[in-house]
Amino acid sequence: MQIDITEQMLELIRLTSTNLPPDVEEKILEARERETEGSAAKGAFDTILKNVALSRKQSTPICQDTGTPIFYVYYPEGWSTIKLRAQIRNAMVEATKKNYMRPNAVDAVYDKNSGNNLGGDDFPSIHFEEVEGSTLTIELMLKGGGCENVGAQYSLPDSRLGAGRDLAGVRKVVLDAVQKAQGQGCAPGILGVAIGGDRGTSYAKSKEVLYDKLGTRNADEKLAALEERLTDEANTLGIGPMGFGGKTTVIDTKIVGLHRLPASFYVSVSYMCWAYRRRKLVIDGNSITYS
Amino acid sequence: MKKLTLPISDETIKDLHVGDPVLLSGVMVTGRDAAHKWMIETFIKKTKPASAEDLVAYEDLKKLLNGSVIYHCGPVVSGLETKEYKFVAAGPTTSIREEPYQADVMQHFNIKGVIGKGGMGKKTLEGCQKTPGVYFHAIGGAASFIAQSVTKVLGVYKYDFGVPEALWVIEVKDFPVVVTMDSHGQSQHEVIENNSRKVLDELLAKPF
Repeated sequence: MQIDITEQMLELIRLTSTNLPPDVEEKILEARERETEGSAAKGAFDTILKNVALSRKQSTPICQDTGTPIFYVYYPEGWSTIKLRAQIRNAMVEATKKNYMRPNAVDAVYDKNSGNNLGGDDFPSIHFEEVEGSTLTIELMLKGGGCENVGAQYSLPDSRLGAGRDLAGVRKVVLDAVQKAQGQGCAPGILGVAIGGDRGTSYAKSKEVLYDKLGTRNADEKLAALEERLTDEANTLGIGPMGFGGKTTVIDTKIVGLHRLPASFYVSVSYMCWAYRRRKLVIDGNSITYS
Repeated sequence: MKKLTLPISDETIKDLHVGDPVLLSGVMVTGRDAAHKWMIETFIKKTKPASAEDLVAYEDLKKLLNGSVIYHCGPVVSGLETKEYKFVAAGPTTSIREEPYQADVMQHFNIKGVIGKGGMGKKTLEGCQKTPGVYFHAIGGAASFIAQSVTKVLGVYKYDFGVPEALWVIEVKDFPVVVTMDSHGQSQHEVIENNSRKVLDELLAKPF
């Protein structure tokens, strides 16, 4: 029997918007330690950490741009996705009334904000995938517009950067994307990178990898090494938090390798701001957990 | 730490330099993408007709913005139904999108400061020299923290733009910013951009 999870969805949205995940906060604390006392970079991290604590205490949004809500729903056999979708959408309306979410869905043709975070069939963005077993897992990411705007997709080869169709070329375009972003995506950022796929899949997968925990590496050795190298090299660019200059420009890099057509070689970079909001709800029988 | 009260005089603006941390107090106005487009098209280039409501807003905004600052911000606001507005979350949005408009808007309304994040380009830097004015950088994403310095919402124009895009008139106390572009042609963003470009060129030249 499928239960109504509107209330749990509202809690998931509240948690995601107002309470930064502990793995992210820990990385920001570490980055703060690396900056020089009295520097603009350290000051920026201090303000960021004060804001994180205050948002958690007050249950108010970490960032006023509560972003594109992107849900991934992993549901066991027997759950109706029609009902789940309706409950998620109802929770979104309620979360907007409670100011956990800013009204963020704007009709691009008629330039009208819907006022309740619902817009057509695709806002919020909801992905469904049926899974084995009895556990319902829902992951939510709120991705702000500032960092979304500095995302980039490259088609290799790229003669401007001298980037060919190999991992050496991937490295070059990713570093280019970070340099171009400067502080505008609310650095320090977290990079989600997809190699291969068609344009659409590639971008979608570059976001999907951002649901993973920070610090975990790709199982493929080559990609794991490239993840670490990209983070280290990006941090020599000196862009720093907010683009004030500093030692941490990128907190972590996540790469996913896909298959591609012989004719295409896309590299997609999704840039996530420091306000890296993603949370998970797991329902199994009577057990309901948020993480 | 400098404490400044709005409106700001030209002398005070000329005294500000890149790197100065400042606490701002007084009345300012929020405005972002839709607001800048509207101001340019309706009042500056006059390519679109002004409605009666637009003209009232224009007269008020001329007074409010004169010597004051515009804040690139799309806030989360409570009390929408009762009109007892309060800013819940109000950090800066990315400023570079206003680059085509900002210098003209600054000069038209005599705006002495622009608050945002990520910095702006050459045209705005020139606008800062001419007006004169400065670019104040606030901490992106620090929305609950910054909302604490918004003591009062005094009014709103162009509410039909939607909550994030409307022009909110707010009173602030000790609003924390850093000068990253000044009226003397200096831009912290230009420096960081150039330095990081050099490092990138070196990285691109390295063998894999």
